[in-house]
Amino acid sequence: MHEISVKITINQKDYERNIQPNTLLVDFLREELGLTGTHVGCDTSQCGACMVLHNKSAIKSCSILVAQLNKQEITTIENLQKDNELHPMQNAFRNNHGLQCGFCTPGMIMSAISLVNENSNPSEKDIRKYLEGNLCRCTGYQNIIKSIEEGAKDMKEPRITNV
Amino acid sequence: MYNFNFHSPGTLDEAINLYNNSEDPKFLAGGMTLLASMKQRLISPSDLIDLRNISNLSEVSLNDKVLKIGSLCSHFKLSRNEIINDKIKNLAKLADGIGDPAVRKMGTIGGSIANSDPAADWPAAILALKSQIITNSRIISNKDFFTGMFETLLEDNEIITSIEIEIPDYFNYKKLPNPASRYAIVGVAIAKYGNNVNVAISGASHTPFIAETISDYLSNNFSNDFPEKTIAKDDLNEDIHASAEYRVNLIDVLTKQIINES
Repeated sequence: MHEISVKITINQKDYERNIQPNTLLVDFLREELGLTGTHVGCDTSQCGACMVLHNKSAIKSCSILVAQLNKQEITTIENLQKDNELHPMQNAFRNNHGLQCGFCTPGMIMSAISLVNENSNPSEKDIRKYLEGNLCRCTGYQNIIKSIEEGAKDMKEPRITNV
Repeated sequence: MYNFNFHSPGTLDEAINLYNNSEDPKFLAGGMTLLASMKQRLISPSDLIDLRNISNLSEVSLNDKVLKIGSLCSHFKLSRNEIINDKIKNLAKLADGIGDPAVRKMGTIGGSIANSDPAADWPAAILALKSQIITNSRIISNKDFFTGMFETLLEDNEIITSIEIEIPDYFNYKKLPNPASRYAIVGVAIAKYGNNVNVAISGASHTPFIAETISDYLSNNFSNDFPEKTIAKDDLNEDIHASAEYRVNLIDVLTKQIINES
């Protein structure tokens, strides 16, 4: 099989790599770039631990090839914190005990930001519906919902422009 | 996942040429089913031909009473599209109930129809609505398109370019979703054109189908006293999610819900 050359921007940094065509985005992020904040939970597109942002929207990085993202841009959880300050959504998760074991948290936060990008004032119902693709095996959903409600309010005045 | 060669053609002709010159190729749209199947090694194409860089396949337009949907429109895009929300609101709602938000961002209407999953949502809608499937080489009537479980009338090297739908007087789709996958355990799509009513069912059998007796009854009398349990349970799926009898009942229940809402 032929390697292919891909240009991809990840967290505002440009990469040009020769890759095997069957490289999944999540494996590229974790194995090639060492960005291990994006988690692999189920690897079958169910759990959402691998969410990253593509065009401001959360997608599952276990279910997309790097080859499909040539000349495109991806943002991972590592790029949310700026100048040693947490992103408002991260901060809201901390304030509201929005995580227990923390494994699903990067995916939850990326989904939450994606939701707020589409709907800046989500209701509890909107939040629950949007989290259809994210699983928390600790079942800590109540505090996750509370966190996202607070995070959505705090994101109204965006501190950073790229997410 | 086994390895493969990857191609991203810019035109339909180029895509078909690549297909014809590859050993065991597959076209790739959103990949929400194809990549998952490849990861499980259920299929191992020699070549993947990504269609997403072909222009003009992701537009929605309205010409008189005909809605034209480009095959590469994502479910998300269709759920938010102004024309669809204006003309067939419940079709936008159908798109908003597929999978989860991340799946809706990637998955496409053309991919869903070409895959012909018996529990997918679009096929029931396409079957109920007066519609046709446009490919690179011909026009296929909706009634002929779905030929079996994961089977369609499409040739291997044929690509859906758009779907044309005549705007109905009324349309609705309701499903009982599997709580994990959101695929329909049973889904019912009803389209009404004057007195002509089509009721299409997904999730219940090996392929989406028209519920003839209910359609005929509703065409004469659009009310929920239609004859019940007209679908033979021997024709329906029986699996861990639901018995065939339960599915027979669900068809009636969902149909009534739609009539009551109309």
